[in-house]
Amino acid sequence: MKVRVHVSLKNGVLDPQGRAIHHALEGLGFAGVKDVRAGRLIELDVADSVTDESLEDMCRKLLANQVIENFRIEKVA
Amino acid sequence: MAFRAAVITFPGSNCDRDMAVAIQQISGGTVHRVWHGDAELPADLDFIALPGGFSFGDYLRSGAMAARSPIMQAVVKAANRGVTVLGVCNGFQVLTEAGLLPGALMRNAGIRFVCRDVPLVVENNQALFTARYAAGQRITIPVAHHDGNYFADAETLDRLEGEGRVAFRYAEAVNGSQRDIAGIFNAAGNVLGMMPHPERMIEPAQGGKDGRALFESILTGLNVAA
Repeated sequence: MKVRVHVSLKNGVLDPQGRAIHHALEGLGFAGVKDVRAGRLIELDVADSVTDESLEDMCRKLLANQVIENFRIEKVA
Repeated sequence: MAFRAAVITFPGSNCDRDMAVAIQQISGGTVHRVWHGDAELPADLDFIALPGGFSFGDYLRSGAMAARSPIMQAVVKAANRGVTVLGVCNGFQVLTEAGLLPGALMRNAGIRFVCRDVPLVVENNQALFTARYAAGQRITIPVAHHDGNYFADAETLDRLEGEGRVAFRYAEAVNGSQRDIAGIFNAAGNVLGMMPHPERMIEPAQGGKDGRALFESILTGLNVAA
């Protein structure tokens, strides 16, 4: 089973990398970009027996730092 | 009794030797070098130091992988038992990732790696780690980090300030840290995490010795003659 874990910064947490990307886009002449937030995509290939609870546990214990990040689990196939 | 310390080395630690030398020179005690894959710490430790560096190449998040390494379970247990623990730079990141200190260390607000001497203010000198400094003393200690931007929610920051758990504050803009926080204690006061490197300021040949009092404070607090 393929699983994608989307890790994003929580609202209200300043994102220096997103801001730098935003700045670079403007430098390239792209107009109309209002905000940029950079996150992380982690793709897992797991046995079908792995439970939803176990996936959430992986996110809480390692893949995301819940002080600053949210996570979303997406099952691809 | 002779002072017994341990310095933990993770793959990618690069300030472990400096830390061990600083502790040994100032305490005259025994400094054990402990590898991250070890499951147990030497017995009867007075002090554990987590050094600076780039453990596991800063993969995933700075300090994240190191915080889950076998030795950290033993370090967490020791800290909860009251053993004195200092985390410097990457060591501070490891302590937050391991849950021993609140908050997180994010990418510097200016994106760039910051490597220079910075002025700090000693915010609380009534603690085990800072008793040999004067209250409000201004000291100079070098920083060298990419992820030193301290973040915690407003409630946590208020609690840290209210409980006197801000150890050091930057006296100038360095990395975008909330409330200019450079170092914090845990609630019990036996764990300190800080981004600046006190072990790099222990003798005049290093450009100053403002870091020395931190180690001397620990020795005094633990009743070990320096």
